[in-house]
Amino acid sequence: MKYLTEYRDPVLAGQYLEEIKKTVTRPWTIMEVCGGQTHSLVKYGLLQMLPKEITMVHGPGCPVCVTPTHLIDRAIYLAKENNVIMCSFGDMLRVPGSEKSLLQAKAEGADVRILYSPLEAVKLAQQNPDKEVIFFAVGFETTAPANALSVIQAHQLGLKNYSIIASHVLVPPAMEALLSDPETVVQAFLAAGHVCTIMGNSEYYPIVEKYKVPIVVTGFEPIDLLHGILMVVRQLEKGEYKLENQYARVVREGGNIPAQEAIMEIFEISNRMWRGMDVIPQSGLEVKEKYAVYDATKKFNVPLKETKENESCIAGAIMKGLKKPLDCINFGTACKPLHPLGAPMVSSEGSCATYYHFYSALNEAEKVEA
Amino acid sequence: MGKVELGGIIKEINLQLVPDAKENDYVLVHVGVAISIVDEEEAKSSLQFLKQMNELDELYNSESEEEMTKEERIKQGDAIISKMIP
Repeated sequence: MKYLTEYRDPVLAGQYLEEIKKTVTRPWTIMEVCGGQTHSLVKYGLLQMLPKEITMVHGPGCPVCVTPTHLIDRAIYLAKENNVIMCSFGDMLRVPGSEKSLLQAKAEGADVRILYSPLEAVKLAQQNPDKEVIFFAVGFETTAPANALSVIQAHQLGLKNYSIIASHVLVPPAMEALLSDPETVVQAFLAAGHVCTIMGNSEYYPIVEKYKVPIVVTGFEPIDLLHGILMVVRQLEKGEYKLENQYARVVREGGNIPAQEAIMEIFEISNRMWRGMDVIPQSGLEVKEKYAVYDATKKFNVPLKETKENESCIAGAIMKGLKKPLDCINFGTACKPLHPLGAPMVSSEGSCATYYHFYSALNEAEKVEA
Repeated sequence: MGKVELGGIIKEINLQLVPDAKENDYVLVHVGVAISIVDEEEAKSSLQFLKQMNELDELYNSESEEEMTKEERIKQGDAIISKMIP
């Protein structure tokens, strides 16, 4: 396939690795922000191939993972109502709330459906005028335009039975939160290429300046990741800090303007709780008052009990890059993708689930090294 | 709406956010919505990165090895600038 296989070429990958080895002289800790990038790094075995000096830590870039428990509880409560069709992306259904997941609610008879796109939920609302169709709209900036378009479409169609639970998080404020944490170990970032596809690069210049940290906007294929790492390491070794774009075939400097307009039409920026982390100022998107009839959290009254997290889960430290999934005593024992204790074990983009999935390969590699 | 081929499957996707997309373009699709058109030139150039980098390094190295006179440097600068004018 064009523009895909070329970026998985093992010979070229070897050349990049060679160049990285030649460039690196000291230990560096680099965070890849996006869970999709974590997945590729582990899946293609790149973590083991990188020189020992380079430590990749895995960022909080899994929107499903950072969705607060109280929103999941809310979705489960609503899903159990008689006239509701609750829909979301597949990963979201398996995330444990404080008592159960949406998938368990489905097993108990709730009408919960996995959809590929929020626009399908609008169709579903059209086809089922006697039902309330609620889309659990989770995502980063990448997904926000599609969710916004669903509300715009519902509005244009005059639908009264479509609403969303917006669980939208923004990447740059989270990067700032990580950098301003005195415990931080992160010296450079691979920024999430698809987030920048929407928003462009402008938000990252102030972060580069303020924290003197190199940021390279990076894609998701093995060659992209190695290229991004090489660009970051070259900056680090030279003592430079600037924003570079490795993923220019998809990311334009100004981002996608129609997509930004769709987001700003429907959403406004708000403070947001990140599961496993904390409230991060100005790090989320909420449905504007003007479109409140499409906001399920305002449309339906949900009596909420206090939510609780599993105390033995170290998701927070993992998402801040302070711990690795293998550091957790519950990894692969009490906590597995089928019975996750915390969110990073649930989504395929969660770092714990990624490690679990490729664990035997990781294990083999470690044995060989030892 | 438009049709795209995703690994052999033909799928209807929303093209509202990529108004310039034409037939045979490669687009980045996320949850049923096309969000970017793949830039062919950039795609090629990023695959050439290592090669270009080595060429640049050679250029720098050759500069540092032999001290150039001021006149030579200006000439070289002129040569680079003249390339940019069509």
